[in-house]
Amino acid sequence: MSTMTDSGTRKQTFSLWRGERGTGAFKDYEATVTDGMVVLDVVHQIQAEQANDLACRWNCKAGKCGSCSAEINGKPKLMCMTRLDQLPANEPVTVEPMRAFPHVKDLVTDVSWNFEVKKKILKFVPRAPDAPDGTWRIQQADSDRVQEYRKCIECFLCQDVCHVLRDHHMHDEFIGPRFLLYAAALEMHPLDTGDRVPALKKDFGIGLCNITKCCTEVCPEHIQITDNAIIPLKERVADEYFDPLGQLVQIFSRRKEK
Amino acid sequence: MTHSSLPVQRSFAETLRRDLWWISPLTVLIAFSTFLIYGTWSALQNSGYTWGPYFSPFHAPEIWGPTEHAWFGPRPAWWPEIVFYPALIILPFPGLFRFTCYYYRGAYYKGFWADPAACAVGEARKTYRGERPFPNWLQNLHRYAMYIALIFIVMLAWDAWKGFWWLDNGNLHFGVGVGTLIMWANVALIASYTLGCHSLRHIVGGFKDRLTGQPIRAACYTQCSRLNARHGTLAKWSMFSVAFTDFYIRMVAGGYITDWRLF
Repeated sequence: MSTMTDSGTRKQTFSLWRGERGTGAFKDYEATVTDGMVVLDVVHQIQAEQANDLACRWNCKAGKCGSCSAEINGKPKLMCMTRLDQLPANEPVTVEPMRAFPHVKDLVTDVSWNFEVKKKILKFVPRAPDAPDGTWRIQQADSDRVQEYRKCIECFLCQDVCHVLRDHHMHDEFIGPRFLLYAAALEMHPLDTGDRVPALKKDFGIGLCNITKCCTEVCPEHIQITDNAIIPLKERVADEYFDPLGQLVQIFSRRKEK
Repeated sequence: MTHSSLPVQRSFAETLRRDLWWISPLTVLIAFSTFLIYGTWSALQNSGYTWGPYFSPFHAPEIWGPTEHAWFGPRPAWWPEIVFYPALIILPFPGLFRFTCYYYRGAYYKGFWADPAACAVGEARKTYRGERPFPNWLQNLHRYAMYIALIFIVMLAWDAWKGFWWLDNGNLHFGVGVGTLIMWANVALIASYTLGCHSLRHIVGGFKDRLTGQPIRAACYTQCSRLNARHGTLAKWSMFSVAFTDFYIRMVAGGYITDWRLF
C-alpha cells in the first residue's frame, strides 16, 4: 500500500518472486518511492537495502539491452521502462520472472533456448555483389521494411507472452514471435536469396500462431510483429502451399521473382 | 528444453493482471454474436430489405428475388419456396471473408475460443494445434475470399449509386436521402476494410523484397499498408455499418421512421 509524505515520496509495497528453480513464493518489501522512479530502481533499492541476495538481470537501464524483462502486475514488461506513475499507487506491485522460460533464481530466467533457436534459421544469403569491388547497391525504400524488424532488442517479452510457448510449452515445434521476426528480416531483405519458407511451415511452426497479437502488444520497441512480420510470412507460406491458382499464375508470369 | 523445467501452466483465467482484461474479449463476444444473430434474422425475413432506391447490403446482390433489384428475376420454379432466402445465397461470401480475416481470427480466437482469452491470462485447454490441422488450415485460403470481397465492393457501390435515382411520378431523377448517405458511408467503410486486407497487401507488393522501379506496385503497396494499419478498426466499423444500413432501410421500409430527403 502507498502513503504519500511531504517530500513527495511515498511508501509502497512490492511483491517480488523469491525462490530458485521453479520453487518459491512472493515476498513483500516496503520501499520508499517517487513517481519518477522505474520498477528497476525499486528492485535495486530493495536489493541494496533489504535483500542483498535478490537476483535480477539488468544492464543498460535505458530500454535498449533487453535484459530486465519481467512480469509487472501480470504483464510482460521491461523493468527499466515501467514508471511507477503507470502503476496503481494504492496497491502492491507484483514483479515475477518471465513464465515461458525455465526459472533460475528470483527474477532471473534461463533464456538460452532462444539462442539455440536462432542457430536453426538459415543465415543471410546475399546475391552476387553488384559492383566489381564486392559491394551491393540497395535503395532506401527497399530496406525500410526490414529496418523495422532490426529494432528488436531481444528482450524476449514477445516470446514470454505468446501463449504457444507460455501456456502450451510448444518450444520444440514453434520458434516464437521473436524468431519469426528474425526470419522475416532475412527473408524480406532486398539482397537475400535464401528460402526459409519450407522451414517456416515444417520446422518453425508458423501455423501455430493464431494472430492474437499479444507479441505486438508487449513489444517495447513498438514493432508491428504480427502485421508486418508474421502475417506476411504466413502469406508467403500460403503462396507456396495453399494457393494453387497463384502457382498457376507464377507459371505464366514473373511473379515468383522476389 | 524439458517441459518440467518450465513454470507450471496457469489455470483458466488465472492471471496477476490488475486491469479489466476480460472487457475486450467479452465485448468481441457480445458484438460479434449480436451481428451474427441480427444478420441471420434479417436474412430470414425475406422482406423489408428495399425501399425506394435503397437496397440492403445484407441482400446484395439479389440473384433471384421478388424485387426490381433481382438480376435474374423472381425465384426459379425449381427452387422450393420454403428454402428460398435471397440473402443466404450471398451472405456466405462476405461472411467467409470476415471469418478468415486475420483481424477477426485474432479477435474470435480470444473472444469465442478463449485461446487465450487475453494476453498473459491462463487458458482452459492444455492441448493446442493452432492453424495447422484440418479444417483450421483452410484459413490460409483467405485470399480467395478476398478476391470475391473485392467484387462485392463494386456491387455495393452500384447499389449505392442507384440510391441516387428516385422514381417520382414516373420520372427518374437525381436525389439524395439520408439512406443514400448511409449506403455510401457503408461502401466507403467496406472498401477501406477490404482494400487494407493483409492478403491483398501481400499480393499487390508484399511478396516482393524490392519495389524500386515498380512505381505502380509500390504505390499500391503503400496505400494498402496505410489502410492495413487500421484494419482492425475498419473491420469493426464496417461490420457495424453494414448492419446499420440494413437496419435503417428495414426501419424505413417498415414505416417505423421517415427517410429525410435532402434534395
